[in-house]
Amino acid sequence: MNFSYTILIPLIPLTVFLLLGIFNKKIKPAVSGYIGVFGLLASATISFYTAYQYFFVSAKVDGVYQTFVEKTVWMNFTETLHIDMGILIDPISVMMLLVVSTVSLMVHIYSRGYMKGDEGYTKFFAFLSLFTFSMYGLVLATNLFQIYIFWELVGVSSYLLIGYYYTKPSAVAAAKKAFIVTRFADLGFLIGILIMSYYTGTFDFETLNNPEGSAILNWASTSFMGLSAITWALILIFIGGAGKSAMLPFHIWLPDAMEGPTPVSALIHAATMVVAGIYLVARLFPMFYFVENGFALNIVAYVGAISALFAAIIAITQTDIKRVLAFSTMSQLGYMMLALGVSGYDGHHGVGYMASMFHLFTHAMFKALLFLGAGSVIHAVHSNYLKDMGGLRKYMPITNITFLIAALAIAGIPPFAGFFSKDEILVAAYEHNKLIYYIGVFVAGLTAFYIFRIYFGIFWGKDKEYEHKPKESPLSMTFPLLFLALMSIIGGFVPFSEFVTPDKSGFEAHLNYPLAAIAVGVGLIGIILAWVFYKKENSLADTFANAFGPFYKWASDKFYFDEIYLFVAKKILFKRVSAPIAWFDKKVVDGTMEGIGNKTVLISKKIKGMQSGKVQDYAFAFISGVVVLAIVFIYIWTN
Amino acid sequence: MIEGISIYEILALTSILFFIGVYGFITRKNLISILISVELILNASVVNFVVINKYLYPDMLQGVYFSLFIIAVAAAETALAVSIIINLYRQISSVEVKDTETMKY
Amino acid sequence: MDILSLFITIPIITVLALVFTKGLKKARLVAMVGSVIQLGMAINLVFAYFKEKAVDDAIMVFTRDVVWYEKFNIHYSIGVDGVSVALLLLTAIVVLAGVFISWKMNDLPKEFFIALIVLSIGVYGFFISIDLFTLFVFFEIAVIPMYLLIGIWGTGPKEYSAMKLTLMLMGASAILLVGILGIYFNSNADGGALTFNILEIAQVNIPFEAQKIFFPLVFIGFAVISALFPFHTWSPDGHSSAPTAVSMLHAGVLMKLGGYGIFRVAMYLLPEGTLHWSWFFIILATIGVIYGAFSAIKQTDLKYINAYSSVSHLGMVLFALLMLNKTAWNGAILQSLSHGFMTALFFALIGMIYGRTNTRDIYKLGGLLKVIPFISVIYVIVGLASLGLPGLSGFVAEMNIFVGAFQHEDMFYRVSTIIVVSAIVVTAVYILRAAGIMLMGPVKNEAYLDLPKVTWYEKTGILLLLIPIVGMGVAPLWLSDMIMESLQPFIQGVL
Repeated sequence: MNFSYTILIPLIPLTVFLLLGIFNKKIKPAVSGYIGVFGLLASATISFYTAYQYFFVSAKVDGVYQTFVEKTVWMNFTETLHIDMGILIDPISVMMLLVVSTVSLMVHIYSRGYMKGDEGYTKFFAFLSLFTFSMYGLVLATNLFQIYIFWELVGVSSYLLIGYYYTKPSAVAAAKKAFIVTRFADLGFLIGILIMSYYTGTFDFETLNNPEGSAILNWASTSFMGLSAITWALILIFIGGAGKSAMLPFHIWLPDAMEGPTPVSALIHAATMVVAGIYLVARLFPMFYFVENGFALNIVAYVGAISALFAAIIAITQTDIKRVLAFSTMSQLGYMMLALGVSGYDGHHGVGYMASMFHLFTHAMFKALLFLGAGSVIHAVHSNYLKDMGGLRKYMPITNITFLIAALAIAGIPPFAGFFSKDEILVAAYEHNKLIYYIGVFVAGLTAFYIFRIYFGIFWGKDKEYEHKPKESPLSMTFPLLFLALMSIIGGFVPFSEFVTPDKSGFEAHLNYPLAAIAVGVGLIGIILAWVFYKKENSLADTFANAFGPFYKWASDKFYFDEIYLFVAKKILFKRVSAPIAWFDKKVVDGTMEGIGNKTVLISKKIKGMQSGKVQDYAFAFISGVVVLAIVFIYIWTN
Repeated sequence: MIEGISIYEILALTSILFFIGVYGFITRKNLISILISVELILNASVVNFVVINKYLYPDMLQGVYFSLFIIAVAAAETALAVSIIINLYRQISSVEVKDTETMKY
Repeated sequence: MDILSLFITIPIITVLALVFTKGLKKARLVAMVGSVIQLGMAINLVFAYFKEKAVDDAIMVFTRDVVWYEKFNIHYSIGVDGVSVALLLLTAIVVLAGVFISWKMNDLPKEFFIALIVLSIGVYGFFISIDLFTLFVFFEIAVIPMYLLIGIWGTGPKEYSAMKLTLMLMGASAILLVGILGIYFNSNADGGALTFNILEIAQVNIPFEAQKIFFPLVFIGFAVISALFPFHTWSPDGHSSAPTAVSMLHAGVLMKLGGYGIFRVAMYLLPEGTLHWSWFFIILATIGVIYGAFSAIKQTDLKYINAYSSVSHLGMVLFALLMLNKTAWNGAILQSLSHGFMTALFFALIGMIYGRTNTRDIYKLGGLLKVIPFISVIYVIVGLASLGLPGLSGFVAEMNIFVGAFQHEDMFYRVSTIIVVSAIVVTAVYILRAAGIMLMGPVKNEAYLDLPKVTWYEKTGILLLLIPIVGMGVAPLWLSDMIMESLQPFIQGVL
């Protein structure tokens, strides 16, 4: 079976980007919107076709999904080490193609309504296309370096899109922060790649991931500070993934990234780019699992669990709805990491891996839906803050219903999509590590609580005094909502375990009824609490918040992570490193050079006095010279 | 040829005269004094010429002739120098060396 | 006339033609025509080189040798390999772009273009020479017009900067000359005549004692012009005072002479000295990389930011050269090229911004994306290239350096490599800081709302430099392979 046509999937958005980017001024906004949407429609069609071909027609040999690779050399490092560009088709990349295509297409359609009248309309679509291209490239990458290349490209697209409203200082700052924080994490990724390639001699995923291959079997051959060098490489690579996926402690950029236009938040910071870290770990899953008996994988699990818990707590306290959703995203990403971390490799043991990918898939749908719904609300009331919203269900029925569906999905209420994927994650966690399981269940409850807190806050409660009467968004915005709502309802029924497993052979997954019941129960408790607190405006929530005292304050200040970073960046790096270096350069290094120059001038000034122009001085010098010479000569002659 | 006085004594005298002239030339601040010192140097050399001629080569006259030349040149030089000094005095009302320093530029 | 000597003759003819022109219009036309021909020849040379390389397997092709001064065995000896071909192309492009950027040089235009072209003669000659003496002569020809160019057409404390730059570079030249003479007088170590010819000296085993003495001299002599820490201080002042085209040429091309010279002379001819001293210079280069980057964070003048960024990037070139393997060397050459295009473009853009707003202080600027979008967008793109975004040239070069440097298992190398790698984060900080303050945010000054639009000659200059940046970044294979192949004999010589 030949999948080489999939190369078109990234190339179409790239063409659209170049077209819109270069002829930015010459294309009418309306036209550029259509170019963007239809370009992506073409890509999406090919993606769906690929998925159909792959999963249902031809890719299964002896019950195992085959991997298809097509690549060409892009640059040579040494005789053996080279960067290839190509496409790799296997279950997770095809699954990701579906996710990216679907969400990106919906966001493109949605943006036509949301961005209407914006002066950078064409630019916006150009950036969206650039992002989509980079994301496709990342998903289809055949080797570590290719994934790194596109990893950086999605980073820069994210930078450009967060800073889209570039006249707003907060947006500029947020964009910069996002880029630099992820860049810092990417430093780990890059060093990880370097270590990995040095000890294994390859960048190729296929070679690396082969359980019988030398990369995995020889992990113990080198060690550094008590761990295998390969484990270090994996940990560093995971740091890169943690940066992109906003895991603790690299999460600080994600909430600020909400400064970008809402469709961007939905696409990049909820559904696709932020899952790149999950995807990266999943991509290297055999390595993570086999090397050093999964030492690195344990780290993944704990980082995921702690991030999930941490973000869920903060999400409760935020008042900006997009920030709530951002922390919610972070929490769910932690869930996915956690699932990967507790997964096994073969057969039914791979349930965590499968669940992680499943959750990635369903989460992309309902989180994009939540964001787009929030965008629709923001579009109507021109504010991001909960305090400016209330009672919107009367004005925006479609948004209300779709938002509710998404909220139920994320809260894990059957039969919505989130229920199924979350259940699998909890099953995997339960089988592997009880502590992580308890954290997972607790987070599930918190999730239900905070999401319904904003749901009730936005759509129920009292009407606020709106300047303009809020009205339902246009069809271009509601269509994506409806579509994604549909996906959030039916997405859970996809038999994921047959398609996406670590050993690519598929297994039969069953619901674990007791665990499912517990999860649903916790979710319901969360919803009920939210209903009690926020359905009608009352002081109960405040009383409760006060009861937690300083803890509530910490949480609403995001546990001061931003302040710590700011302190390190501003006070330490800028004031204590950069400024002294600049001073040192000016005074010491340049001073030395200058000093040499000045000393020369000084000496020259001193010597200059000898050339006084006084004949008497010259005569003195002359005669002294004669005398000295005479003495010397006499001395020589007499000896 | 003077009885009782050897060439060494006369040469010692002229050397002393010469170095007095050199000393004066280097240390004097007044242009006239410098000029006088130069004269001393010249006179020392003139005496040398004559004495060496007389003591070592009595049958020759070149030394004496040269001393005459030197006296003539010295006279001309003195005339020139004094005229410069007088002009200088008219310009700056001084014949001190330190006041003429600006000329070096 | 052979294909390489034309690289010197054409600029000489251009200079002669310039002498007889009057006024800006004619002078710039002549300068442009001369540079366009030169660029055409450089492009032609690339193809000719591939054709020649297919049949001729020598280290240097298109060689030619004319005795210049027989007594000391000085020759006019020229030849090129892949590295010099690439650098010649860089020079031709930057010079032409520089001419376009100086399109409106109203102050003594004729003399300006003459000095500019004379400078380029030095650079071209340097890249094609394989005789140490000729090489040194051309090196001096390239350095000296800089004094006039900064001293006469500069801005700010121009006399001071011109003096500082020239004196430091001259001082370095003096050290370099001692080193070169040292090599010369040891070039008969295996018997035979004294010679300046690089290829011949490479066959000779210069005694280790001599190598130990002369390697640091040659290295420092060349490294000063590559702004090796702590000899970099001429660069910020010099660049900030120089007129735009001169900054472009200087940072873009002249600073590359250092790396090229180190690679071609110091390391190739004194391999044992290299191994003996490399640890020391690795430390200096590593400090330079991180130090330049941190210094850039604190600067507020655009040209200073860029000058310190050059210190950092060229520190990487020296660092890579000292890593002594093919991948890192390839990275060093690619970084030289990439930095050449990038920084030339940076200075061109800074010149345009300065020409419009009369300030280079980033805090006085703001929201430029809104008022001069073309220039600002290009600035962002170059900034991204500078911080190593894939798809632009910086990434390709840096990755070669990092992967090459990582081939050493020794702890000392590992640590310095990781320090150098971490510069990518700091680079991102200062690039984005400058871009954020200057290009984004609200427009700070009412007067900037109505700035003149970008003109055709500015656009031409920008595109000339931007195309190679993107080209190298998207399809590095042919260039990287061409350089890699040429490095083979050199790396064998060293190891």
